[in-house]
Amino acid sequence: MIEVLDPGPQALVQDLGRPGLAAIGVGRSGAADRASLCLGNRLLANDEGAAGIEILLGGFAARARTDLLVALTGAPAPASVDGRPVGHQAHVRLRRGQELRLGPPPAGLRTYLCVRGGIAVPPVLGSRSTDVLSGIGPEPLEKGAELPVGPEPEAYPVIDYAPVAPPAGGLVTLRAISGPHAEHAVDPGALTTARWVASGRTDRVGMRLEGAALEVAEGAGSLPSEGLTRGAIQLPPGGEPVVFLADHPVTGGYPVIAVLCDADVDRAAQIRPGQPVRITPSRETAWRT
Amino acid sequence: MRVLPYGDAALLLEPEGEIAEVVALADACRGAELPGVLDVVPAARTVLLVAEPGSDLGRLRAAVDELEVRPAEAGAPAGTVEIPVVYDGPDLDDVARLTGLDRAEVVAAHTGTPWRVAFGGFAPGFAYLSGGDPRLRVSRREEARTKVPPGSVGLAGEFSGVYPRSSPGGWQLIGRTDAPLWDLDRDPPALLQPGAEVRFVEVS
Repeated sequence: MIEVLDPGPQALVQDLGRPGLAAIGVGRSGAADRASLCLGNRLLANDEGAAGIEILLGGFAARARTDLLVALTGAPAPASVDGRPVGHQAHVRLRRGQELRLGPPPAGLRTYLCVRGGIAVPPVLGSRSTDVLSGIGPEPLEKGAELPVGPEPEAYPVIDYAPVAPPAGGLVTLRAISGPHAEHAVDPGALTTARWVASGRTDRVGMRLEGAALEVAEGAGSLPSEGLTRGAIQLPPGGEPVVFLADHPVTGGYPVIAVLCDADVDRAAQIRPGQPVRITPSRETAWRT
Repeated sequence: MRVLPYGDAALLLEPEGEIAEVVALADACRGAELPGVLDVVPAARTVLLVAEPGSDLGRLRAAVDELEVRPAEAGAPAGTVEIPVVYDGPDLDDVARLTGLDRAEVVAAHTGTPWRVAFGGFAPGFAYLSGGDPRLRVSRREEARTKVPPGSVGLAGEFSGVYPRSSPGGWQLIGRTDAPLWDLDRDPPALLQPGAEVRFVEVS
């Protein structure tokens, strides 16, 4: 059992979401940075999709109510156990009664706290993820929340440290493939030549890019509702693209002009408001102009 | 059918025709257990296939070409749901004016032809219903409401739908129902399942 002492700006239980329910209007949701959640779980020999805690911008504190083995991944928020600094991407042993505290990370948005055995709150429609758009899943964590931990898996962790680069500050380059409705922009290639800045209007649903707005072609700009994915880049009438993230709507009515390479969506979810962003054509697929 | 690019883990299918063809294609996709597909997302004119990251989209594309699509009308509906409606919506007069019918005729048209669940989206439990009386095609309201009460029954374009919960919305509201559209304690939680037939019944 883990007791939340301070959730910080936002702390949510997340696993890999609930795929396959779009037809009843439920999106997949799940960890915004899936790679970081999976890394934490692998370190602990959990199932890759075990639920952990997604912590926005640090400021989080929790107390172990039983002896636990945990791992921190994602945004490198400085961490301590009873005041003693501990590292990321490594095993951290929490004795019963010990307190884990996170400060604000120097880069990145979301830190993942994984626990051997996984966070075992009751699943909703097959997942423990909180979908902030549809309101499905556990409530955002509050001070005093008590989170059960599942039984330890049979497998035992074989590595205790994973040398993986944490999210970077500065310019982030994301690879994308031309989308189904690129022609709705007068110059679709401008998406990849412009310098964008992540807007303050960024959450688990999506990230708006600010910069030289793309010109929407005459008579274009809206469509009958169409399915969306994580990583779809939509062009709203204002011309500033929106990159959809974990809790994107199931369908949308503005043209999707490009789609991020799936592997890059996790990095997109770690971009802070104000950080410069460049979209680059994926080498695997020719950019259609 | 056109197959449009949608990143490295999805394909967007655009069948020739309208919503009936989309429903038929989505049924075929769900029934075929396509390789690597995690979700089938039908919408107004397209079906999005969301694949497991790292899937071979060429192989998926080939499997799509092999699909046997049967017209939606040929298949039996996946159950029938009756929805009791009190027809006293704030836009009933506007709908009557836009369609050239009177209020009673609008109600008769809405209840007289069975609808079919075409696709979901917008909110959990919200279903876009198609196949109703074509005389009821009306545009959305010019100005969306900031708050539509739960259970509101509306029309927009070729679709009808019921708001499962309070939300903003721009559909023309013709009535209300107390049918529980969404209940997480029920299995399945959505009253309106893909492919189901929906009949509206007037109550007072």
